[in-house]
Amino acid sequence: MDTSAESRTQSTLINGEAESASEPVQWEYSPAPERAAVEIADRYDLFINGKFTAPKSRKHFATINPATEQVICEVAEAGKADVTAAVAAAKAAQPKWARLKPQERAKYMYRIARRIQERARELAIIESTDGGKPIRESRDVDVPLAAQHFFYHAGWCDKLRYAFPGAGRDPKPVGVCGQIIPWNFPLLMAAWKIAPALACGNTCVLKPAETTPLTALRLAEILEEVELPAGVVNIITGGPESGRALVEHNDVKKIAFTGSTEVGKLLAKMVADTDKRITLELGGKSPNIIFADASIDQAVEGIISGIYFNQGHVCCAGSRLLVEEGAVDIVVDKLTHRLQSLRVGDPLDKNTDIGAINSKAQLSTIHKYLEAGRNEGAALHEVNGQPLPRKGYWCRPCFFTGVQPSHVVAREEIFGPVLAVMSFRTPEEALERANNTPYGLAAGVWTDKGSKIFEIARRLDAGVVWCNTYNKFDAASPFGGFKESGFGREGGLQGLRAYLEL
Amino acid sequence: MMQHTVNAVMADERAASFTRRSIKTDSKMQGLRLALSMVDLTTLEGKDSPEKVRSLCRKAIQPYDGQIDPPLPSVAAVCVYPSLVSVARKALAGSNVKVASVATGFPSGQFPLDVRLRDVAEAVEAGADEIDMVINRGAFLAGRIGEVRDEIVQVKQACGQAHLKIILETGELETYDNVRRASDLAIEAAASTGELRGGEVFIKTSTGKVQPAATMPVTLIMLEAIRDHYLVTGVRIGMKPAGGIRHAKQALHYLVMVKETVGDAWLTPELFRFGASSLTNDLLRQIVKTTTGRYSAAYDFSEA
Repeated sequence: MDTSAESRTQSTLINGEAESASEPVQWEYSPAPERAAVEIADRYDLFINGKFTAPKSRKHFATINPATEQVICEVAEAGKADVTAAVAAAKAAQPKWARLKPQERAKYMYRIARRIQERARELAIIESTDGGKPIRESRDVDVPLAAQHFFYHAGWCDKLRYAFPGAGRDPKPVGVCGQIIPWNFPLLMAAWKIAPALACGNTCVLKPAETTPLTALRLAEILEEVELPAGVVNIITGGPESGRALVEHNDVKKIAFTGSTEVGKLLAKMVADTDKRITLELGGKSPNIIFADASIDQAVEGIISGIYFNQGHVCCAGSRLLVEEGAVDIVVDKLTHRLQSLRVGDPLDKNTDIGAINSKAQLSTIHKYLEAGRNEGAALHEVNGQPLPRKGYWCRPCFFTGVQPSHVVAREEIFGPVLAVMSFRTPEEALERANNTPYGLAAGVWTDKGSKIFEIARRLDAGVVWCNTYNKFDAASPFGGFKESGFGREGGLQGLRAYLEL
Repeated sequence: MMQHTVNAVMADERAASFTRRSIKTDSKMQGLRLALSMVDLTTLEGKDSPEKVRSLCRKAIQPYDGQIDPPLPSVAAVCVYPSLVSVARKALAGSNVKVASVATGFPSGQFPLDVRLRDVAEAVEAGADEIDMVINRGAFLAGRIGEVRDEIVQVKQACGQAHLKIILETGELETYDNVRRASDLAIEAAASTGELRGGEVFIKTSTGKVQPAATMPVTLIMLEAIRDHYLVTGVRIGMKPAGGIRHAKQALHYLVMVKETVGDAWLTPELFRFGASSLTNDLLRQIVKTTTGRYSAAYDFSEA
């Protein structure tokens, strides 16, 4: 492709200055906001022992809408005494919950799943309001998958003895689980944690992330509605201190954490001299490998969903793009073109592809990386020219070319809509570059050649390898990492292991 | 010719994503009017009569007899068999609605080349502005690519000043890889006859006589071929999905796909058409509903 073709990509294709006889129109989509009214209280308390309870700490903090910077409401900040109360409630409820007939446990879980489906629209709106993700994603991905996790795990309740043959007639639960989840998929992560724990007969204390507590609290309402026995699930909101108190509590027998590698390491140290078990699902810098024989137009779609899905706030985001040398120009041209049609803006607009960055802190982290990339000599391509709203935290989808594997933007997890494009010449070099990272959560391989897929996938150090697709999730498929991306699996039969004494 | 492969799963997924755009209020009205102006009002039946074609032409010039402000556009063209071109030509005299004619042994193309070429020449002679040809699928599927290319070149030359729409009959090509290959082949063959003006050549999905006819993924793949040709040469090839598009909402989905795949420049009847007959009345129904707030009965709109 020559350079004039490239400049056409940039300007005329989308903006359309045509030389044809009749005037082409500028056809813009009118705003299409999700309008359903959702009630949000001014203040939420902690969900302990089946009831919303005022925090003993007497502290509340504000949660804000990252698209407008406005306060949505206040939620309780759990202090040490609150954590103790929540753990005590979980401990008291556990023996009875574990002794309940498995099919009865399953009934509760089916009910939760169905209530999530019935209240899907409301949950999607709250998720997008509190976290900034586009309603299209919360509606089509987060909420349906959360329901699926409860449906799926409900089915396991009375089949655990078949899941692990040799483990005895009825594998025992581990007890009280302390679960700490991140802000990128708040409701979905709550489902990932709670569903397998309940299926195995455990009880939980769940702490949602500081910036996105609202859907977990809505889930607490659902638990009330389905009359889940008091104390089986307790949901406490708060910051790092609340999380620390939960991890340190003696009666918590298992910690499940999804979040940054930095905090994950800290937690691993904290439980090192205790009887607690721990699973960690941490960061990633996942390679997305495109061979020249791939279907390029579809591979470009895979790049888009790989890195720009949920503003790039995805632990398994395909943030390192490795393209075979001969295809680099065409991939970059097509990516440039495709990026221009992404719509950035109001998360509640049904046509929005890229919503708001989750928090001010995260936005400044992303900016720090953009600067670091430029300082190290990589070329930043900000080709999406959409006007951004005045208020709120926004970052246009972008990518770096001229990136060396040693650059910060190629090594560290940015957790934003920023892609690092690199090239390789041979499959061996692709593998070497792909595996040259402290992480190992996910990877993508794009080629039209079946044998190449199997060879490359087998040799990639990654918990999930997507072939000719990216960011596909299913409750039946285990998810987790190699190396510093963590240990333990969530989902599927393998995900039950961490919640049973085997 | 560079070989482009298509990954079917991801292509289907991308095509489906356009149907999730929410087109409301002003953009809906604008889209409906635009779609109306892009319709090739078509009748291709053995029992077609001169009277039916005259009715169709009247409908093409003035799709709706009620009051809509601003007045509705005419459709883009009337598409008939060669034997009825002169009737349509006469009925459309003085309007800006084009006469399109299928030719080259439509719909099968299973005729000797000289017969197919004469078919084209006579349709042009009778006054067709646009020729909708079918490619030789037998030769394409048998791998005789050169033969298909040569035939397209000869048909293009036989068209003279008339615009050419090349029907791939994607329902018979079956795989997306074939659709992409046939698109590239058709565009390349047409381009080899000399410098093309924008919209002088279209690629078209289907005859309407084979199922499946136009689908979103097939149209997407053809649009990608058009886009890739444009990026290299700067020449805009037109696109015409035909058959199976009956509802206004479907038409809006197609327009979304055009906008997001090749860009706003293609949002003109010069470069994008719908081959359809029943679509027109559904567009009118939606336009009237949006204007008056009430749905009209089917009999409120003329059949043709």
